[in-house]
Amino acid sequence: MAKEFERQGIPTAFISTIVPLAESIGPNRIIPGKAITHPLGDPTLSRADEKALRRGLVKRALDALQTEIQAQTVFR
Amino acid sequence: MTKLRIVHYLNQFFAGIGGEERAGEAPRVSAGAIGPAGALQRALGDAAEIVATVACGDNYFTEREDAAAAAVVELIRPYAPQLVIAGPAFNAGRYGVACGRVCQAVEEALNVPAVTGMYLENPAVELYRPRVYIVPSGPSAASMAATLQAMTALGLKRARGERLGRPKAEGHLARGLRFTEVAAETAATRAVDMLLRSVRGEAWETEWPLPHYDRVTPPLPLKDVRRATIALVTSGGIVPRGNPDRIESTYATKWSRYSLVGVSDLTPEGWQSIHGGYDTTRANEDPDRVLPVDVLRELEAEGAIGRLHDDYWVFVGSGASTTNARRFAGEMARELRASAVEGVIFTAT
Repeated sequence: MAKEFERQGIPTAFISTIVPLAESIGPNRIIPGKAITHPLGDPTLSRADEKALRRGLVKRALDALQTEIQAQTVFR
Repeated sequence: MTKLRIVHYLNQFFAGIGGEERAGEAPRVSAGAIGPAGALQRALGDAAEIVATVACGDNYFTEREDAAAAAVVELIRPYAPQLVIAGPAFNAGRYGVACGRVCQAVEEALNVPAVTGMYLENPAVELYRPRVYIVPSGPSAASMAATLQAMTALGLKRARGERLGRPKAEGHLARGLRFTEVAAETAATRAVDMLLRSVRGEAWETEWPLPHYDRVTPPLPLKDVRRATIALVTSGGIVPRGNPDRIESTYATKWSRYSLVGVSDLTPEGWQSIHGGYDTTRANEDPDRVLPVDVLRELEAEGAIGRLHDDYWVFVGSGASTTNARRFAGEMARELRASAVEGVIFTAT
């Protein structure tokens, strides 16, 4: 689906935890998530630290949207 | 034993009507076997009899597929076959489309099993392999005899109502259908067994081959995310509590779009995950763990993004077929463009 949005010209940052599967399916801008059941969180952290983690991932996604790429790229 | 009744479908070329110049011929029927049906009859032996052959020009068929398929079905119907064999079409694209469509139409309209044959790279394969039984052939008619052998073996089995084994064993292209099967060993044992064979350099075969996916050229990036409208899309099943549109928790047939106006944080009271493919405990404690509305609102307030779009788009990834996902993607992409969304953050669980 992320691929289809990009096909339509809309840059799309794909946050997913299963990176090999994402790589095999083919979205271009992949940001590895934290865990399958909570890609943008971590229940073992304090609320403040968890939010900082989420913020970091979202900022990475925003950076990915601004990055010129030629082929599929994983933003780690 | 009474012989099974078979109708054979051919294009103008294999029926001996003519080449490309006769590709506009309308469908016609003749009693008995013609063209390669002689080889087909030999492959069938005494088990079955070709009671009629229907032939149609490839252009005629592909230029008006629905009408042509319906006409072919009506020519076949009076012969009351127990099996229809189409082609093989080898690497001929239009013939492949016609064969695939005839098989599908026959199964749907007459409830009669049908089998065709095609070369793997025939463009009709991708179109029809999920819908009909296709036996792989060589690229040209040089493989006629072997392909007809495989087609008749599969066809007779289906005509007799015998249960089919796995596609490879039955000699047809996998349709992607799933059947329940009782294995002697548990999945864990089978997986470790595969791993060991792989480590030892021995031959092994996956039980779940990954499909082949296409690639997309990346579009130009955003010039300045601080001036862009960003939208959230998720396959993680985050919906307003109560799931107002009753999106299915697995094998979803629909997606939805919900307003984030006035929402700065996804609370467990207001939102939930209805995804059937993962444990939603953590997502339900704090739905921002899947759909990060809270930090995007902060980034919006700080001017780090232009704005977060008023709506987000959601579906459930679990069990969604590629066909449905493709449709969802097309429908959503149209809305995203119409909403002047410039960039998407897509979260998946």
